Amino acid sequence: MQYRILIVDDSKLARMVMVSAFRRIRPEWELVEAADADEALKAISSNSVDIALVDFNMPGTDGLELVDRIREIHPTMPVAVVSANVQDEIIARTRELKASFVAKPLTDEALSAFLSGAALRLRKTS
Amino acid sequence: MNVPVGELSDIEKDALAEIANMGVSRAAASLRQMVGEQVLLSVPAVNIVTRQAAAQLAERGHSPKLVAVQQSFEGPFSGRALLIFPEAQSLELVRSIVGAEHSLEDVIDLEQEALAETGNIILNACLATIANVLRRSMRMSLPSVIRGDGATLFAPRSSDPDGDLVLFLYIDFTIKSRDVRGFIALLMDLPSITALKEIVGDFIEGIEK
Repeated sequence: MQYRILIVDDSKLARMVMVSAFRRIRPEWELVEAADADEALKAISSNSVDIALVDFNMPGTDGLELVDRIREIHPTMPVAVVSANVQDEIIARTRELKASFVAKPLTDEALSAFLSGAALRLRKTS
Repeated sequence: MNVPVGELSDIEKDALAEIANMGVSRAAASLRQMVGEQVLLSVPAVNIVTRQAAAQLAERGHSPKLVAVQQSFEGPFSGRALLIFPEAQSLELVRSIVGAEHSLEDVIDLEQEALAETGNIILNACLATIANVLRRSMRMSLPSVIRGDGATLFAPRSSDPDGDLVLFLYIDFTIKSRDVRGFIALLMDLPSITALKEIVGDFIEGIEK
């Protein structure tokens, strides 16, 4: 099954790291990039996005606020907050929003674990 | 306000900001463990500026009386990492780490040592993450506490090469529900910027493969 993934990060480098990890572990999945919350919400309303990966520390709307808004539109979409900010409050808020937490620096293992879980949930609900 | 002098391409700036962001986010998580309160971070700023402009950025919005814990790092590129906050808040920071049960005298006694140790943990978390991401090893000096205005903090040391321009990278932090704010800054001189550009170039090339 092929999915469409939304990658949201204000850093182009961070998006490149993510894209390159996808090329190794899920080369057939389609990627959509967004540099901020507005672009992300636009991408979600105009494309059928299946899974979203969202950076936390972004100018303007931060990643958790963005996930909150994604939840209003897609209550069950698999979403991960991606950050090196492993503070308890950030992780707790991520869980409250029914999202996963993937630590930066990103590893293929951590991304792959999240994606396998996400694919499983999508298969169950489809 | 800033006096950027070019030198860094957009992608290099982006890469440095993202790598510093990872380092400081890890450092904030360490600080959070120490103070038991959430630490809020700004988005990073990266610029090549004069030392004077860096000093002005450090004082912006703060009183010019600053206290800093600094550690030098050496490796393929070298520089200084500083944890900086207004002097008036240093006791409050120490108090939030050692706990409210200690008297003011105890806190004053502990201040220097607690600042050095806090700086050591935070700056190491930051620099170790940066070194790991860039796959380079860095040696770090012991922490030292310095007090003064921005110009004192960023004055060139005897070992620094000539030249007034530095790569100045900073992120603001605030400890939620306590009146403590400050920032973490990385300062590198020009020869280091050249070396760093190469390493960041390798890093970017490594991603694209």
